[in-house]
Amino acid sequence: MDLLEYQGKQLFKAHGVPVPDGRPASTVSEAVEAGEDLGYPVVVKAQVLIGGRGKAGGIKVAGDRDELEAHAGAILGMDIRGFTVQELYVERASDIAEEYYAAIVFDRSAKAPMAMLSKQGGMDIEAVADEDPSAIAVLHIDPLIGFGDFHARRLCFEAGIAADVLAPVGAMLAKLYETFVAEDAMLVEVNPLLVTGDRQVVALDAKVTVDANALYRHPETAGLRNAGAEDPQEMMARQKGLTFVALDGNIGILGNGAGLVMSTLDVVAQAGGRPANFLDAGGGSKAEAIVDAVEVILSNPRVEAVLFNIFGGITRCDEVARGLVTAFDQIDVKVPFVVRLDGTNDQEGRAILADAALPNVWIEQTMLGAAARVVELVGGSPSDVHEPQAAGA
Amino acid sequence: MVSGLTGREGTFHGLNNRSYGTSLVAGVTPKKGGQDVEGVPVFDTAHAAVAETGANTSMVFVPPRFAADAILEAADAAVDLVICITEGIPAHDMLRVYTHLKRGSTRLIGPNCPGVLSPGKANVGIIPAHFFSEGGVGLVSRSGTLTYQIGNEIAQKGFGNSSIVGIGGDPIVGSSFIDVIAEFEADPETELIVMCGEIGGDEEERTADYIAEHVTKPVVAYIAGFTAPPGKTMGHAGAIVSGSKGTAVAKAEALEAKGVRVGRTPTEVAEIAVETLAASTA
Repeated sequence: MDLLEYQGKQLFKAHGVPVPDGRPASTVSEAVEAGEDLGYPVVVKAQVLIGGRGKAGGIKVAGDRDELEAHAGAILGMDIRGFTVQELYVERASDIAEEYYAAIVFDRSAKAPMAMLSKQGGMDIEAVADEDPSAIAVLHIDPLIGFGDFHARRLCFEAGIAADVLAPVGAMLAKLYETFVAEDAMLVEVNPLLVTGDRQVVALDAKVTVDANALYRHPETAGLRNAGAEDPQEMMARQKGLTFVALDGNIGILGNGAGLVMSTLDVVAQAGGRPANFLDAGGGSKAEAIVDAVEVILSNPRVEAVLFNIFGGITRCDEVARGLVTAFDQIDVKVPFVVRLDGTNDQEGRAILADAALPNVWIEQTMLGAAARVVELVGGSPSDVHEPQAAGA
Repeated sequence: MVSGLTGREGTFHGLNNRSYGTSLVAGVTPKKGGQDVEGVPVFDTAHAAVAETGANTSMVFVPPRFAADAILEAADAAVDLVICITEGIPAHDMLRVYTHLKRGSTRLIGPNCPGVLSPGKANVGIIPAHFFSEGGVGLVSRSGTLTYQIGNEIAQKGFGNSSIVGIGGDPIVGSSFIDVIAEFEADPETELIVMCGEIGGDEEERTADYIAEHVTKPVVAYIAGFTAPPGKTMGHAGAIVSGSKGTAVAKAEALEAKGVRVGRTPTEVAEIAVETLAASTA
């Protein structure tokens, strides 16, 4: 789960990472109130979960109340690379002497936290890494030992940090690591890490991603889920306890097990179709979960056909079939369904569907057959599913 | 032994494993020591279970917030192998568990995995054993149902499995593809290896290098998630394309560059596997 800048900064503040004074605002009048409180000049920053806010015009300096009002009005509601700005952060402006970069990353490849520090902040760090990898000091931290002073010293010396700010930059790194561990973060990134004219060190931006599996330990962070930042269909699915990702095609997909569903999306794409979603009904899918899933899939008006791909292991195909019959009872289904049931109790499942004689439901025995059928039903042109070049599309 | 044997899922799958022929000797549930589950004695601690029964493997079935502790407890009780089925363990918990275990001698499979099945020998986990028979295909996968799909297509063509190992769908798992493939390479019953990867991380890429250097048996691969958009977790906590990293295309290309045949659909994987096996026995 990604946090907005100001939410990340609240966590920073709680763990002693210095940040400029600021207030969130969701209306122009709240923004003006924040500016009056903080004192001018202030910076008005769009709060969206996407980079490149500055270039898109989502970050502006306001020298007085009128400017603040104008900027806040312009930025609220702005579209930044597909994200609508619903919240602002109004922050006291900082004067910039130097811009560094600092991050603690959950490095799954090394299976250890990785600390990063660079003097070349304020720009895309991946570009820095490509152009001059030596400009970034990198260190893995033993999670059973934690972040020591020696880690901080080594990072600072290797990154060539200015001598007069070695201590505060090192201290910030230690506190970022503390934030990373205490908040169950997968990423804590500060870009830029600012050295001000009077040599103060502050985190001017905050990019924090927390582990959704650990939210039970952080009820306050769990409450930060931002309704505006989430796809409404994904939110509906989450509230029903379904694992769902919205995609941009027209074929609704349901399967059981994350790997099988991913594979189903691929096979449909290879057959010339475009999946509308990823939906994993889970192991041991019960009839009620199937009804919920059908409801979520069909809440997307773009869906023109639905593919059920079930390989029953723990999941019983008869249970899935019963769920589908119930769903057709409860929901006015207007699009065709292709159902592939294989594995545990598949014959019983297919018999239930045959008995129910659901309108516009096609039963297929293989995954590839089902994919070809559903693509045909939405009027696509089925291609040879064994063609490898379709795979990367 | 099973941590969480007295829970609904633990009882169901533990007893299922026993009826398959697995030697299930103990359950571990704090404060339920002295009880039994259909004749299997339950102990308060892993240490008591190991001391009384000599259990050498622990299957962990407890809820996510207690699972890391249960793994560490089993390792502290010195079992050889821990198989953790639980999904949803916080990543930082697994970071500490992984770092601790790699300094000792206990091997961990999982978490967030379906377990290990050696047809005709033993089943520890939730893999539906009735689809699989004894044979020469070693199957290793990050996903459960996808493994059943591929395994079943191979089975329908008349070939069985030496072992099926689900390594799990989390960002940090105890055993990697490389760990399991090294075992298959050394296993005289395994003639061919099928690996089933997915988006996220770089395990598949590293495995490609390992195969090129250390594996003499044929390997067939499948990668799921070509259509996954970046930045979205596709069901498994570990299945995420981060920026340009961890894509299915990169993984398939890395494997192919090292001479591993990659099937584009589960069906094609089964076809390649069967073709290769038939050619080697001809």
